[in-house]
Amino acid sequence: MGIEILEDKCSGCSLCVKSCPFGLIKIVSREEVGKPHPKYKKIAVIGQGCNLCGACLEPCSFQAILIEREEAKPRPDVSQYKGVWVFAEQKKGEIQGVVYELLGEGRKLADKLGVKLSCVLLGKGMDEGAKELIAYGADRVYQIEGAILRNFQDDPYTDVLTDLVEKEKPEIVLMGATAIGRSFASRVAARLGTGLTADCTELAIDLKTRQLLQTRPAFGGNIMATITTPHNRPQMATVRHKVFKKAVRQGNRNGEVIKENVEGKSLSLRTKLLNMIEDITQTVKLADADIIVSGGRGLGGPENFPIIEELARTLGGAVGASRAAVDAGWIPYSHQVGQTGRTVCPKIYIACGISGAIQHLVGMQSSEIIVAINKDPNAPIFKVATYGIEGDLFQVVPALTKKLKEVLE
Amino acid sequence: MNFIICIKQVPGTTEVKIDPRTNTLIREGVESIVNPFDTYAIEEGLRLKERMGGKVTVISMGPPQAESALREALSMGCDEAVLLTDPAFAGSDTLATSYTLACGIRKIGEFSLIICGKQAIDGDTAQVGPGIAEKLGIPAVTYVKKIEDISEAHIRVERMMEEGYEVVEMGLPALITVVKEINEPRLPSLKGMMRAKKAKIDIWNASDIACEKERIGQLGSPTIVNKIFTPPPRKGGEIILGDPEEQARKLVEKLRQAKVI
Amino acid sequence: MEYFLTEEQRMIRDLASRIAEEKIKPVREHYDETEEFPWPILEELAKTDLCGVYIPEEYGGTGGGVFELCLAVEELCKVDGGIALILAATALATFPILLFGNDEQKKKYLPDIVAGKKVAAFALTEPGAGSDASAIQTTAKREGESYILNGTKCFITNGGEAQIYVVITMTDKTKGSRGASAFIVEKNTHGFSFGKKEKKMGIRSSPTRELIFNECKIPKENLLGKEGQGFVIALKTFDASRPGVAAQALGIASGALDDAINYSRERVQFGQSISSFQAIQHLLADMATEVEAARALIYATARMIDKDPKLRVTKEAAMCKLFASDVAMKVTTNAVQVLGGYGYMREYPMEKRMRDAKITQIYEGTNQIMRNEIALALIKEAAKTKK
Repeated sequence: MGIEILEDKCSGCSLCVKSCPFGLIKIVSREEVGKPHPKYKKIAVIGQGCNLCGACLEPCSFQAILIEREEAKPRPDVSQYKGVWVFAEQKKGEIQGVVYELLGEGRKLADKLGVKLSCVLLGKGMDEGAKELIAYGADRVYQIEGAILRNFQDDPYTDVLTDLVEKEKPEIVLMGATAIGRSFASRVAARLGTGLTADCTELAIDLKTRQLLQTRPAFGGNIMATITTPHNRPQMATVRHKVFKKAVRQGNRNGEVIKENVEGKSLSLRTKLLNMIEDITQTVKLADADIIVSGGRGLGGPENFPIIEELARTLGGAVGASRAAVDAGWIPYSHQVGQTGRTVCPKIYIACGISGAIQHLVGMQSSEIIVAINKDPNAPIFKVATYGIEGDLFQVVPALTKKLKEVLE
Repeated sequence: MNFIICIKQVPGTTEVKIDPRTNTLIREGVESIVNPFDTYAIEEGLRLKERMGGKVTVISMGPPQAESALREALSMGCDEAVLLTDPAFAGSDTLATSYTLACGIRKIGEFSLIICGKQAIDGDTAQVGPGIAEKLGIPAVTYVKKIEDISEAHIRVERMMEEGYEVVEMGLPALITVVKEINEPRLPSLKGMMRAKKAKIDIWNASDIACEKERIGQLGSPTIVNKIFTPPPRKGGEIILGDPEEQARKLVEKLRQAKVI
Repeated sequence: MEYFLTEEQRMIRDLASRIAEEKIKPVREHYDETEEFPWPILEELAKTDLCGVYIPEEYGGTGGGVFELCLAVEELCKVDGGIALILAATALATFPILLFGNDEQKKKYLPDIVAGKKVAAFALTEPGAGSDASAIQTTAKREGESYILNGTKCFITNGGEAQIYVVITMTDKTKGSRGASAFIVEKNTHGFSFGKKEKKMGIRSSPTRELIFNECKIPKENLLGKEGQGFVIALKTFDASRPGVAAQALGIASGALDDAINYSRERVQFGQSISSFQAIQHLLADMATEVEAARALIYATARMIDKDPKLRVTKEAAMCKLFASDVAMKVTTNAVQVLGGYGYMREYPMEKRMRDAKITQIYEGTNQIMRNEIALALIKEAAKTKK
């Protein structure tokens, strides 16, 4: 039980040493630890603290590492659990975008398993919402109504969903990894004593076992892990907004709405929601931004920065600038990206009219995706760009903004 | 008032990279650090103690080396530290971890508030905080960016949402998870570091805390890691051709494919 | 190079390094531009117990000595050579109290310094008395239970911001160099005012002011040591504080060297990084050797002072101040050279180091005076050993 280095197989090659994210593997002399071998002089030793993550398995070309999972007493019968559920998060009566994406993916999972796709919608006055969920692919909607459910609160929502799950026994429950979804899912999973995988980027069904394969990034995205919940139900997973594609709306779809009212019931409520304050004026901070659109010398003047700002706004990102633009006084220094400005590492960095001098590159070259828009085909920025667009930024940027507005809305 | 801070020792992930030859993780002398979000939790606990009086106990579940993370917390000013360590805890997923920490906290005794960091930077799940609250049967609010008011029996907090924040009130004992916006963690002081070096840390194993064997470690973990692999390498430079409209269309398509929009 | 620091010394060094990186680096340009006194940094130093790193535990410090002070000053100066003076220049004024103060004086002044509540300044220099310290004209006349101070001091570091001043005055002009005395004067004492703040080439965040004493009356309890001990106190203070100036110079040079090495690796010219050119390599090699030699000399001197307070250390203290400051000037000049045009631009942190380094060759005894003292000590030693 646990992890074991197979004495007869390990050659002490040390490839596993570098792979352990916790630095727990050491190579020692076989003689010292009393494990002699006719061919090999060294052997790997795993220190305390191993959490069986399995990162060392892949690099070992001798198959000398074995991870064994202990089998407990007979497991509950999970075959009784059927159905794919999507929690339909709503805020102020509006169903959140991620729900439609989960419906798209949930449909695929449900079809593969040959089961129904259902939604659980909690709120007050959500009749229209329930119909929309059907239009986007739900076969059934459990619409639970009550004044206490108008806005999300941990306690009543957890009571309602866990009760419903225990009654209806879905095999999979999906939620958006939103501020609400992440803590709500944790509560529900803990109460049901089942497994929850957060921030999945891929979901699939292993038909042999009918298990949900939940893939997610770990260690800041440096590795991917595929996780399963073999013996507990429901299998719960949260997924971030924009990971999956939105389902296609079919206005004439048929489905079942099971409406229930909790007005009479006593649900726990230990927290009191006093106020909800919107703060949309807060500009996205450059350092934390996932998306940054930067303008450089190619903009020609401060009056042209608005097209950069518009693109940034459309993407929900921040505005950056090269030193040239800042020095020319077109935009304040707080937006400067580069050696003497900020170093950023967003998901998308769009450099418009920026030549890509090394002093700028050192500030943004570890961005996940770099898009360069520049008139000069020899601009050094194209060497580091994931996608390069050779063109006039005054035409490309507005076209990009327009296309994005179409697609994102 | 007694405050309990849950912390985790994690590898400093920014140094964890992929070796292109073997396609595996390289850790170039990765040091272990206190999970960054937990330092905000520690700081908030210390500020609450300065404001309300009482004691701050820091607790962690981990291998024996996690003791150094607890000493760091002590050097910032925490009063007591508890390490839950036992080979039987190995292989715990978030459910088993929540359960184990809850058992450890029960043994510590009475408390007013448990403070956790929003998430650990190795697992990134943000599940353990709410999980502990559920196991202890106390209310919880996640993503707290400010404690507006606290008294012996109540707490009022600002909870960060995507487009603003909520103001939520609940009775104590309770649990909160905190985000970076809540404070600026203090540096340890020299005297604090010397004190922490000599301090006695309570080390408890599975038999010290009243826990059920089937709910800890591997046995108590409903999720298992099936496979670990490295993500596909970054695709190098592609020039997008066409007139501006076409270029825009193609770019948007590629960004969608890459799942960044 | 491995200096086998104790665990506590490593803690001090690492903590100072953290403060330098996390708290000082983001604001160093700001303080250089605005020339404001960096009170927020003093708060951080106090909260982490670094203000008292050279002060005995009974007064709230951590009980370290000159070596621990040098470690902290060096780390802080790697990032900014001026801001660290809130610690180093205060130490210069605190040493007289530590070495010659009585218990009441120590109890009265040291805790506030440890807590970062008060900053101190040492006042010896006058318009007519720089290197020739014995030419000071400020007087202190005993009158009943008080002394009355009259005169002007100039170029006083921390002047105007400090609350505690250790002032060297003449109490008996007839006795020449044995006629000076040291006094503690508190800010806001009637008759004690400040002149204008000087505009300097470097260490601009450190305030440098004139002190003006006009019939300034202070209680007799503020006399440090005995009347006539003034210059002895000053010289003994310098023996303890010069390694600190040397540490400041060392930090500045060390930071410059590190940045120059990193830059040379990134900067590409003629198709390769400039670190592959022998011209640059030789520059860096010389810089690194001199920095390490300065460090070794300072650490050895500081350890000497702490291990045996009775040892004569004037020569060694002068040596490490002389050597480290000359190294700092040379290294920062060459570091600017390595960075080429960028080294000259105010936007990059390199030119500031060159501006900051210069003062270390001048204050707390010019390097010319240092050479005098070293030579004198050599001759004295030789005379003693000659039978």
